[in-house]
Amino acid sequence: MEQKKLNDSDGQTVAHQLAKKQREISIAEFFSKNRHLLGFDNPRKALMTAIKEAVDNSLDACEEARIMPEISVEVIEMSENRFRIIVEDNGPGIVKAQVPKIFAKLLYGSKFHRLKMSRGQQGIGISASVMYGQLTTGKPARITTKIGPKYPAYYCELKIDTSNNKPDLLKESEVEWNKEHGTRVEIDLEAAYQKGSQSIDAYLKQTAIVNPHATIIYTNPKAEQIIFPRATDKMPEEPKEIKPHPKGVELGMMIKMLESTDARTMQSFFTNEFSRVGPGSAKEILQKAGMLPDFGPEKVSREQAERLLKAIDEVKLMNPPTDCVTPIGEDQFEKGLKKEIKAEFYAVTTRPPEVYRGNPFIVEAGIAYGGEQEADVPIRILRYANRVPLQYQQSACAVTQSIIQTNFRSYGLSQSRGAVPIGPCTIAVHLASVWVPFTSESKEAIAHYPEIIKEIKLALQECGRKLASYVLKKQRLNNELKKRGYIEKYLPYIGMALKEILTLSPAQKDLIEIDLKGMLEEKRGKMESIEAENTEYDEGMAKLGANAEGEIYDDENKEDPSEDDDKTEEDSEDKGGEDS
Amino acid sequence: MSEKPSKKDVVSELKVVAKEVYGTITDKKLPSLNMPIRALQNVKYDPKVGFFELVGKNKERTLTASTVKTFAQTLMMMNESKKLVETDDIATKREVYYISKNWGEARFLDQPESDTVMDDIEAMMMTNREQLGFIPEEKGGDVAGELVVIDIDSETGKEIKIDCTKFGSGAYSVPSSVEHLKFQTDAKFILAIETAGAFQRLLKHKYWKKANCVLISMGGVPTRACRRFIRRLADDMKLPVYVFTDGDPYGYLNIYRTLKVGSGNAAHINQFFCVPQAKYLGVTPQDIIDYKLPTHPLKDIDIKRVKDGMKNDPFVQYHKEWQKALNQMVSMKKRVEQQAFAAHSLNYVIDTYLPEKLKKPHTWLP
Repeated sequence: MEQKKLNDSDGQTVAHQLAKKQREISIAEFFSKNRHLLGFDNPRKALMTAIKEAVDNSLDACEEARIMPEISVEVIEMSENRFRIIVEDNGPGIVKAQVPKIFAKLLYGSKFHRLKMSRGQQGIGISASVMYGQLTTGKPARITTKIGPKYPAYYCELKIDTSNNKPDLLKESEVEWNKEHGTRVEIDLEAAYQKGSQSIDAYLKQTAIVNPHATIIYTNPKAEQIIFPRATDKMPEEPKEIKPHPKGVELGMMIKMLESTDARTMQSFFTNEFSRVGPGSAKEILQKAGMLPDFGPEKVSREQAERLLKAIDEVKLMNPPTDCVTPIGEDQFEKGLKKEIKAEFYAVTTRPPEVYRGNPFIVEAGIAYGGEQEADVPIRILRYANRVPLQYQQSACAVTQSIIQTNFRSYGLSQSRGAVPIGPCTIAVHLASVWVPFTSESKEAIAHYPEIIKEIKLALQECGRKLASYVLKKQRLNNELKKRGYIEKYLPYIGMALKEILTLSPAQKDLIEIDLKGMLEEKRGKMESIEAENTEYDEGMAKLGANAEGEIYDDENKEDPSEDDDKTEEDSEDKGGEDS
Repeated sequence: MSEKPSKKDVVSELKVVAKEVYGTITDKKLPSLNMPIRALQNVKYDPKVGFFELVGKNKERTLTASTVKTFAQTLMMMNESKKLVETDDIATKREVYYISKNWGEARFLDQPESDTVMDDIEAMMMTNREQLGFIPEEKGGDVAGELVVIDIDSETGKEIKIDCTKFGSGAYSVPSSVEHLKFQTDAKFILAIETAGAFQRLLKHKYWKKANCVLISMGGVPTRACRRFIRRLADDMKLPVYVFTDGDPYGYLNIYRTLKVGSGNAAHINQFFCVPQAKYLGVTPQDIIDYKLPTHPLKDIDIKRVKDGMKNDPFVQYHKEWQKALNQMVSMKKRVEQQAFAAHSLNYVIDTYLPEKLKKPHTWLP
């Protein structure tokens, strides 16, 4: 076959034409077009996400600096669908040079390259909020930060250069700020404010439940101030940073680590950069990968890196240390639940640490049963990851899956196959890990790792068993009460019939009833009692964010209810699942 | 046949039970009521006796929180019975259920509940409910043929003679209480028939005249009054009783067996409500073959009924002939209706089947 002459010089081929349109797209540009990936799907959610990212950062910063957090959140309605959010903390502050990158460059942060339990992970969140605000209002984000009493406060206005993913510093100055240290973020954005289970009110409340060491002051768009006071002076134990465990490392990461390591031999690369790899294990890995211990890491090819991973798989290694994950703790978790839910019975379990893909994690579960909770509806599910409440995509979350896969019928709740149980009950699950695997960058649902699902189920079963014994006891008491009711109800008729058949006197009739009642009740024994008293319950707090989900503050949002519909959200997400 | 307890006895026996209960209570003990278990497992069959007899298994209902309601209802109903008998009045089962609506919390919620308590008292007192002042609503069955029933006019107290040949295409109806009836007859036998349809055909062609017999339509499982009527007529007039039902397990085990020897549920009164002299004429499984009758397949429930009968029914267990017939039916997997003879001709049953069967006692079943 005759080969067509390729004319490179005149650029007339289709490929040449196409090439004119092909150019690099920046991450910032990509995310601006796919804002749902970051949790900015609709105005209501955007407000929520922006606040959440800012609060998460504040809490992380305070804890890292061992400062008891004091965070103020303010939402101001500027016009019909435009809001201003102001989040201010008493954290350590940020040095001037870092401010633009932290707030106006995507994928910049301190948390991505380390393995330490923290709320933020990727370094996307707050800059995505800045970008969203800038896209919808054209306004820059305004940052004020102060790193100590002797330093002046630094103020700046920032935008993101979306095509280059670079900060665009519009204005900067030194200002007076009568605060020792802290950071204040102010973002204008298009948004909608609403109440209900996915509202800011609910998010802040749930945050307070699992962060009892923080004080949060919240001013809502109606200028009402709600204070979630600190419930404990105990700072959570500081999570330790760990080096990655070889079993949790993927090819890309391995190559990156090989490139950036200071180690000069493969032997020291393994012993220095990873946890749980001693000289012996390092030697074994290298031997299996067919590599000499003094081979230079910078010379490792892609194929060799793959062989290394395979070798790691075959070598038996100790699990990573687990003291890097700190749970909320059974006491604190239960206190939090009691504050929020008026139930009759609480059971809380903190599981021992486990490991998925080399990442240590801890699962905690709590059940609050009965009381004033509605009985004929699906149970309420509260999900937390590293002390952050998860409010969206409940059905996609490993927590929900684990609940569905657990047989709650044997614990006294009703449940159809493949469904969430029905009953007057709330189940809260907390996953703490150095790396929480989310299903998407918007961090709304935990991914379905079998190790994680297994641990959640074990935690649920532990709580479930305690619940079952309570529910059974309650049923027994109800039966007993009913039977005692029978005695009261029917004894008079025995007296009446005997009186008429034997023509007894009224006194004799009364005696029959008294005697029988005495004998029957003596036989039944003393009545057990189960009274649940909850002194932690905070009614004002429980009411927060509890009103109907449909109640929408912003009128504009009403015009497009489908956007806010849970179902729509799930549907779109299902589609996403098929694509991937 | 033994005499029944008189009215006076019922009242004093009720009082004896009540006194025992009361005495137990004043002794500071929980009272209980004793009654025979009403079920096939508590009866035995001896053909010399002729009916299902109780073997004496009792159930004791002790007053507890769980039994207090039924206990109270039983005593309340005993009191109603006492009042009825003392005032010489009667109440139907349905009426008793309505009377209980005055009992406040102890009232019955539906009639089966009150019927069960009534059966319990009946068994406890070892008497029949009519003696307690309770009567059923159901009528006893239809009668036609060479028979004069002597009843008493409730207004005048005089005897009235009812000639059962004079009802034309209709029939005499058995009253709910038959103890006071007397009979005159020249008939040679009684023919008890399951269905109204078969009865009508025999009546239409005056089969009773042709065969010189008394025809009785039972309409399914015979009521107590019907069983008692047949028993008294057969005893008093020394007449043989032949039974003609559909050829299926229900006809054999529920209708015929209950007529002849009584039931498990009413074991305490079978003595009076049975017809030991009854013989089964047809339709037998062998008749299906001999008379080339059109059939229906056996239903699952029929097969289950046969199995239950083989396993639990003392009557079937005693009679090898019945076991053979039932086994034959199960292996044929067929059942037949009384009116299947119409396939040959409308009057085949009158002209051929019944005369032939009456001449061949060896084809009957016991």
